[in-house]
Amino acid sequence: MTYVVTDNCRGCRYTECVTVCPVECFHVDDAMTYIDPENCIDCGGCAPACPVGAIEPDYRLAADKKYWIDVNRKRATETPVISARLPALPGADERRRALGR
Amino acid sequence: MTGSVANENRIAVVGSGPSGFYTTEALLRSGVPLTVDMFERLPVPYGLVRFGVAPDHPKLKQVTTAFDRIATMPGFRFIGGVTIGDDVSIDELRKAYDAVVLATGAELSRALDIPGEALPGSHTAGDFVAWYNGHPQFADLRIDLHHETAIVIGHGNVALDVARILAKTADELRRTDIARHALEALAESRIREIHVVGRSGPAQTRFTAKELRDFLELNTCDTCVDMRNVSSDEFEPPSPDDPELTEKLSLLRAFSQAAVTKPRRCVLRFRLSPVALRGRDRLEAIAFKQESGAVEDIACGLSLSSVGRKTTPVAGVPYDAHRGVHANIDGRVAADGSVIEGLYVCGWSKRGPNGTIGTNRGCGIATAEAVLADITHRRPRSDTPDALLARLTGRGARIVSYPDWATIDAAEKRRGAALGKPREKFVTIPDMLAAVRA
Repeated sequence: MTYVVTDNCRGCRYTECVTVCPVECFHVDDAMTYIDPENCIDCGGCAPACPVGAIEPDYRLAADKKYWIDVNRKRATETPVISARLPALPGADERRRALGR
Repeated sequence: MTGSVANENRIAVVGSGPSGFYTTEALLRSGVPLTVDMFERLPVPYGLVRFGVAPDHPKLKQVTTAFDRIATMPGFRFIGGVTIGDDVSIDELRKAYDAVVLATGAELSRALDIPGEALPGSHTAGDFVAWYNGHPQFADLRIDLHHETAIVIGHGNVALDVARILAKTADELRRTDIARHALEALAESRIREIHVVGRSGPAQTRFTAKELRDFLELNTCDTCVDMRNVSSDEFEPPSPDDPELTEKLSLLRAFSQAAVTKPRRCVLRFRLSPVALRGRDRLEAIAFKQESGAVEDIACGLSLSSVGRKTTPVAGVPYDAHRGVHANIDGRVAADGSVIEGLYVCGWSKRGPNGTIGTNRGCGIATAEAVLADITHRRPRSDTPDALLARLTGRGARIVSYPDWATIDAAEKRRGAALGKPREKFVTIPDMLAAVRA
């Protein structure tokens, strides 16, 4: 298994997950973070750290979110590792409220 | 390292578990000229990743590759085999370093504080974990598994770890890095029934869904829920926005409805508080009080209590007895509210035993920030690390370096390969040191 970042991260990108990842398996682009499934050790630290509930273990994803497994795997090979927190994206707090979080 | 040695800050980190490594990483990444000496009591690093993480969770142990990467950073030095507070006092350490960071974890198990706890057959889950993981201090523990029933007290992840290890057959554990003495003892185990008992209801349990899921895959053990103090509507998730709790409750519901066919059973029990361990010469039963006040005895020959942990006090460091940690204000050690200069704390010995391995990364970063904020106006040291280490060697200390650990590591992996295990741990300090010399 692995943990997976899903669409709730888009437009927020709080990167709280990055601080608690023990193995630096998060990657980042302008929109969101991704988890490298080859490096993730399934510790589960990131899922509760995410303010918008964007991270789930792969087996727990709803059917319409399963495609994020492949997105994370692919984007992790194309984007740089992020090892320290970034400021959240502009408008993140509004989006979080819109998500009901 | 750039910068002259005179300008370099010398920092001691005490403990080589996750929080010690992550604080070290944050310090060495800061760009401030400094070096870190990591002190460890044992000849081997990694703390609870080696001695706490269950042997059948190998993926989690891969975090050691991150620790090994930190150990290659310029300015890092591992000083194994030295006990702070015994071989070296805290004051001696503080004189030789600009800052001392305690990363000593929470190795003491909290007691139940009820009658009978000292009876033979009663142990803490923490001791049992250290035993099956081959901690030198616990390798000689006598765990008598020649009983039908074991009771695990507590509803956290450690409780589930020890219940699962008892529930597994030797064949399910044979290819893990479990200590040989534990595998041999578990192979002879007569335990057939494991009760995992806690005070609260299903929704308040502290174990994670992921730990509970492991019980779906036991070869010879069924998991069930004793419904006497639970109603089935309690498995309804209170909110769909909490997928973790939703999954946990749905697993518990499934266990409550599962047929029992396998030779072993693991029974989850709720809303029972232990009041006494009973027995004439050894443990025979545990008395639990229900919420109604009624007392129920559950017969058992083995008890493993898992009701929290606390930090071992270190001489010269103020202790917060209520929280069970080195007394501190956001990572700065403090006595009666006033900060002690140059003394810091991180990880479980700072905030108590909670979170995942990675929680210690954020915690270590915060402690490193405190160290770096203070270090610009430090007072000059009256001693040097090298003089301290020379004195230690003079007193007969056998200091273990990181390359020495690499030699021990390779020897353990060779021993394990012959048995189809990732490693066969050395479980005594003399055996670890002999591997360095070999």
